[in-house]
Amino acid sequence: MNLDIRKYFIGAAILFVGLALLVRLFYLQVVDVSYKVSADNNSQRMVTQYPARGLILDRNGKAVVNNKAAYDLMVIPRQMQPFDTTEFAQIVGMTVEEVKETFRKLRLAKGYSSYKPSPFLRQMSAETYAVLQERMFKFPGFYVQARTLRNYARHIAPHLLGYVTEVDSSDIRKDSYYKPGDYIGKSGVENYYEKELRGRKGVNVLLVDVHNREVGSFRDGSLDTMAIVGSSLTISIDADLQEYAEKLMSKMRGAVVAIEPATGEILAMASMPDYDPALLVGRVRSENYNKLARDVSKPLFDRAVMAYYPPGSTFKVAQGLVGLQEGTLARDTRYGCAGGYHVGAYHMRCHGHASPLNLPQAIGNSCNAYFANVFRAILDSGNHGSVKADYEAWRNDILTFGFGRKLGVDLPQELNGNVPSSAFYDRTLFRYGGWKSLTVVSLSIGQAEMGNTVLQMANFAALIANGGYFYTPHLIRQINGRDTVPAHYAERHYTAVDTSHFEAIREGMFYATTDAGGTARWVTIPGIDMCGKTGTAQNPHGKDNATFMAFAPKDHPRIAVAVYVENAGFGGTWAAPVASLMIEKYLTGEVKRPAMEERMLNFNVYDNREAAN
Amino acid sequence: MRQQTNIIRDIDWLTIGLYMALILMGWLNIYAAVYNDQYASIFSHSQRYGKQLIWIIAAVALAVTVCVLDVRFYTSLAYPVYICCLIALAAVLVVGREVNGARSWFMIGAVQIQPSEFAKIAVSLALAKFLGNCGGRLMEFRNLVIACAVIFLPPMFIILQPDTGSCLVYLAFFIVLYREGLPPTILLFGILAAVLFILSLLMQDAQVYLVAGLVVIGFVAFWIKTRKGMACLKGFGLFVGLSGLLWTVTLLTKRKFEIHEALLGAALLLSPVFLAISFIRRLPVVRTLTLFMIGALLFTFSVDFVFDDVLSTHQRQRILVMLGMESDPLGVGYNVNQSKIAIGSGGFFGKGFLQGTQTKYDFVPEQSTDFIFCTVGEEWGFVGTSTVVILLIALLLRLLILAERQRSMFSRVYCYCVLSIFFLHVTINIGMTIGLLPVIGIPLPFFSYGGSSLWAFTILLFIMLRLDASRGEYIR
Repeated sequence: MNLDIRKYFIGAAILFVGLALLVRLFYLQVVDVSYKVSADNNSQRMVTQYPARGLILDRNGKAVVNNKAAYDLMVIPRQMQPFDTTEFAQIVGMTVEEVKETFRKLRLAKGYSSYKPSPFLRQMSAETYAVLQERMFKFPGFYVQARTLRNYARHIAPHLLGYVTEVDSSDIRKDSYYKPGDYIGKSGVENYYEKELRGRKGVNVLLVDVHNREVGSFRDGSLDTMAIVGSSLTISIDADLQEYAEKLMSKMRGAVVAIEPATGEILAMASMPDYDPALLVGRVRSENYNKLARDVSKPLFDRAVMAYYPPGSTFKVAQGLVGLQEGTLARDTRYGCAGGYHVGAYHMRCHGHASPLNLPQAIGNSCNAYFANVFRAILDSGNHGSVKADYEAWRNDILTFGFGRKLGVDLPQELNGNVPSSAFYDRTLFRYGGWKSLTVVSLSIGQAEMGNTVLQMANFAALIANGGYFYTPHLIRQINGRDTVPAHYAERHYTAVDTSHFEAIREGMFYATTDAGGTARWVTIPGIDMCGKTGTAQNPHGKDNATFMAFAPKDHPRIAVAVYVENAGFGGTWAAPVASLMIEKYLTGEVKRPAMEERMLNFNVYDNREAAN
Repeated sequence: MRQQTNIIRDIDWLTIGLYMALILMGWLNIYAAVYNDQYASIFSHSQRYGKQLIWIIAAVALAVTVCVLDVRFYTSLAYPVYICCLIALAAVLVVGREVNGARSWFMIGAVQIQPSEFAKIAVSLALAKFLGNCGGRLMEFRNLVIACAVIFLPPMFIILQPDTGSCLVYLAFFIVLYREGLPPTILLFGILAAVLFILSLLMQDAQVYLVAGLVVIGFVAFWIKTRKGMACLKGFGLFVGLSGLLWTVTLLTKRKFEIHEALLGAALLLSPVFLAISFIRRLPVVRTLTLFMIGALLFTFSVDFVFDDVLSTHQRQRILVMLGMESDPLGVGYNVNQSKIAIGSGGFFGKGFLQGTQTKYDFVPEQSTDFIFCTVGEEWGFVGTSTVVILLIALLLRLLILAERQRSMFSRVYCYCVLSIFFLHVTINIGMTIGLLPVIGIPLPFFSYGGSSLWAFTILLFIMLRLDASRGEYIR
């Protein structure tokens, strides 16, 4: 075979490629005139079309977050020509010195190029924009970029909604969609549903004449892309209930979460103290943000899903459930209470009530001694061979209630909470000679190392309301008006405790609000059967924390609530009314107990805190 | 016996002239691409053009060194260099520095070196040495396997960096193998596969035409080869009938076949029949055609899988943009559109040196490296681009002539390696800037900013010139 002939084929291939490149270049550069740029070289302008961010609506379709127009004044320094700085300064509301200063800063900015658009003035008012637009021809090199900013129809739920801010360099590195100057949801729903809310940017390639007028689109818009508006989000919050919760707790520190037990939808979730979400929008954002970040009362901290609170006596309910499941407790088991629980040198005090009590009564009266006995009976049962093994079994049951790890709510900031492991006690109590059931007995009443989020507590109330299962609490209901609840939010989670054991617990929680000795008997709602459990957790930083969880109506519950108020005192006095009023508001639409409402509104936790210190 | 080699007299000055012209033009364009008022001096060391000048001077020094060394230096060191190169490629995966997501750079002091650029030289030398030693018997199975191993070991390391663009360059060596005896059918298969790949992506909504078209081509080829009209019609009738039957039958079941699925099913069912006929009737052409058709059909249907599951998102999008199926000027297509606008706006005469605006907007991120051709297009217009293309093509043709005048196998194979690598770089790089090919980030020889690539191309070329100067000697 003669291979020499192949050199001609190779030569022909080279010539063919060369010819193809030349033809294509000739077409691009000479034939196709649409790529030509007119002589002044600044006829093209890439204007990014920023889509409006998706709306956020509440469960009744009321707008919570929408948008308002804003205008950024951009400048391409190379295209500037000498202009009347005095007139310009006057229009944009600056002094001539400020204008010069802005230019100086622009030049120092990272990524500055005299060929590229730089933002000269962000978020002009519509009035400034109107005046400027008419005189734009006097200022070559400048143009206005329209954008939208968040606008809060209801000034509520700042932690839950989250805020929107300009992207930083790490956002740009993570996702090439973002370009400097873009906005991104940084926390809350705005962050969790960023992909849905942001929509899609478009770009218009415009032709601009020598008088700085936009005269049309380049290549008939063939290179343009349409911006796609962000999807609107319907979340499960009831804006009225949310607003009411925030009002009730306006002078308190703590959090409240309300859940619809039948779906796991979060009806309200407030963390106090809070702030007006509108403070973190626009030019005032960074100043306000710094102010809030420095505030000693930590208004930016989301106490509903990030704070670890000891559950206090509400946790007794969990002890009862585990005891029933492990077989170390029955509904009618009675333990005596001699004004507390006393073993040797150990003393846990209790308040005065009838004795001995059975399980429902002990829940209703919140007897400390009873649940210390219940807890120790579980750990010392020998069911699993050792105290440590029984403790781990107890802990695993507790974890199935949703404590100790993130529930998986659709918020980026959620934290785990803590149910201490036996290994933790091995480690920390080792030098005290190990541990036994009495060493950790304060866990029985929800003290010590136990920490849960208020969301977890509300979820716990919801699962009791359901009689033994829960749906992962979530906010999402619809995207663009279509039901879009991910499958994992529609899944029932059963606990390790058999559903048959829940009736005794519900009975006890009903006693708490109805029985003469019930710890929450003051907050009964006329005409509505409510089940609840109070809690008063010791706080090393001052007065006790007040807590309360509840659900109503007793049969076919429609709402489950957990309230936590820092440094307030007794749970039945300070936390229970908040839950009671919210339930009344949600179920009946109005509140008929103005005195109780008034008392909550006049509460001031800060006085309490100082008195205690 | 020829008199002894005299480098000054025997070296190919025409190639050197082209080389000098190209690197100087490249340097001026890098200057233009990154020009700004602050550092107006073309010799400013802090800027890319200043650095490129240093690298050009170093490259010239390298070129002289390469020419001064004895040819036996290259032949005897071919394998050791290759081994060192493999070690360097492995090492860079471990201790290399990551830039833009690819771990492909060594940091030695302030100098960054990209070993994958130099790997081309090592492969060229090793391949030349190997083919030279086996005396042109490339088509012996063992030799072919070793040759392929020599070529494809380095890209296996490079793809781990990952740097897909640099790997594609190694396909250029198929041109060398073709020249040394690889049957053109293998190249044709490669080209056909590429065409089918593109067609099946373009015709996703009309796959029935693709399948029917392939089958019809098969029968027509059969008729041309054998002139058995009746047999051809019978076979075709059988195929159509079976497809119809399949389609009708599946109408009755829950999952109805699409028409193209019925056609594919019929083709698959009939292929054993045709194969049997080919053996009974002793018609090897039927066998070849049947296997070929089935291969093509299966390939076509595996494209979706390869495309969706094997390629990464950005590679997928670059292909879609090139095929015009996805327009996204701010995203993936952005570079290409900006590049086309920049080149297109140059017009016939260009805007003039340093007068380009599009390339200075930073619209095209790699304006001084992979997209340097934009600056040529914008500032020098069609006059400039056609000059550059003609110079590059002239260089390639000159290399072809040099390659063909070698007497020793080693030199010829090496020359073809150099030619093929340049050819692929030029085609892909210019092709992508004008939207003919997908965006593959490989440099334009002598133009793109970067020391490693300039040095690698220089060494590559000057070893070739050194070999050529000694073409009278017997080199192995």
